[in-house]
Amino acid sequence: MALERFTEDHEYIRVDGDIGTVGITHHAQEQLGDVVFVELPEAGRVVNQKDAVAVVESVKAASDVFAPVSGEVVEVNAELAANPALVNEDAEGKAWFFKLRITDKSQLDGLMDRAAYEEFVKQS
Amino acid sequence: MSADTAGPLKRTPLYDLHCELGAKMVPFAGYEMPVQYQLGILKEHQHTRARAGLFDVSHMGQAYLIGPDHQTTAAALEALVPADILNLKPGMQRYTQLLNSEGGIVDDLMVTRPADSAEDGKLLLVVNASRKEVDYEYISGRLPASVRLEPQPDRALLALQGPEAAAVLAKHCADAVALGFMAARPASVGPFACHISRSGYTGEDGFEISVAADQVVDFARLLLADEAVQPAGLGARDSLRLEAGLCLYGHELDEMTTPVEAGLVWSIQKRRREEGGFPGAERIQRELREGPKRLRVGIKPEGRAPARDGTEILDTSGARIGVITSGGFGPTVNGPIAMGYVETSFAKPGTPVQLMVRGKALPAQIVDLPFVPHRYFRKT
Repeated sequence: MALERFTEDHEYIRVDGDIGTVGITHHAQEQLGDVVFVELPEAGRVVNQKDAVAVVESVKAASDVFAPVSGEVVEVNAELAANPALVNEDAEGKAWFFKLRITDKSQLDGLMDRAAYEEFVKQS
Repeated sequence: MSADTAGPLKRTPLYDLHCELGAKMVPFAGYEMPVQYQLGILKEHQHTRARAGLFDVSHMGQAYLIGPDHQTTAAALEALVPADILNLKPGMQRYTQLLNSEGGIVDDLMVTRPADSAEDGKLLLVVNASRKEVDYEYISGRLPASVRLEPQPDRALLALQGPEAAAVLAKHCADAVALGFMAARPASVGPFACHISRSGYTGEDGFEISVAADQVVDFARLLLADEAVQPAGLGARDSLRLEAGLCLYGHELDEMTTPVEAGLVWSIQKRRREEGGFPGAERIQRELREGPKRLRVGIKPEGRAPARDGTEILDTSGARIGVITSGGFGPTVNGPIAMGYVETSFAKPGTPVQLMVRGKALPAQIVDLPFVPHRYFRKT
């Protein structure tokens, strides 16, 4: 299984080699409600950890999606841009937002694993 | 939506039922209110347009204005609002605005003259939750000695909205469905004594039903037992009214904005336009003659990105010409929609504009309101 890490802003990053696939968690989509729009970054953009990189909008409100780690955006999910409701259907699967070539994998150590994230959600 | 007021949150009599129905409760206008139920905003919105949605609007203020006869009570209210209340027929309702001395809007409200001649001299007011204390103080302080304001905190208010609302209500109350748009009367719905008006805030046919607070849970359950009815929260209420091009206090309306700027001239009847006699009449009559500096408009972003409340509106050269007051996603329109104010010279439908969303200028167009045609029940 690929390495999975989570942020306090409810992003996940799934790591395969140097490439991290980023999206928002199932819990985050539940909180947002019906997603009607996503704005994805341009491929090639270099981002720093915690930069606002994408936007997800529900009927009610807009939220930023932050980069869990620094890196270069190598791919964005065109299917998601065309069908934002995918976030509600399969947040942690088909509805990934973008893929990063990770600059510094040690940044992953500061993120939560699934058990810690689930505990974090329970506490908050 | 309006800012939350400070202090502990109040609850409507339906609070426990909302929780039982799986509502997500949020602070709104000093109340804990359901923003959505299990269906979610999108489906609650669509269900209301297709069948019928039931909304708890008990947080709104219901109050009687009571005087010795209609003429006296109507004159007292006409000193504060620009609508023709004097010629409002028994059993009819009218939309108007409480104005300050500059013609700015203190609140918008519904005024009903009771159908029953025994209640001559009474007017029923329904005001916004976020404004009721302000309104009550404002009105009470400006009444003649023979007229008094009596808030009705022991009344709850439900809105049943949608194309099947009338058929649902007809099963329990034949009288209700005989009402035309903006008509009102007391009626029994099953075992419940209600006051019903054919009105609402969604652009659909529907009813607002006032019932005793201690009966409203059973009453709501009676309506929810109908398979055509789903509970709908504040989220759907907001997207429905935005598609219908209806104003929300604190967004399109505030104390700096006149009814003329807000495009509510239709709610100022001819006699009042000519005679004046309401607060701020001088400014409002001047705006009627010369046109206001800015106007409320519909705005359709060209792409898929919603532009929210507070978004700046620019002309095609990049100069600021206005601001969005309500914006989001219209589920029936299936795209982003907004309302806002622009300088009058840019208010013509078809005018291209730009919206500053996250630092980018997105193309949009001024469009006619409403975004979704009204389907009120008008007797022919």
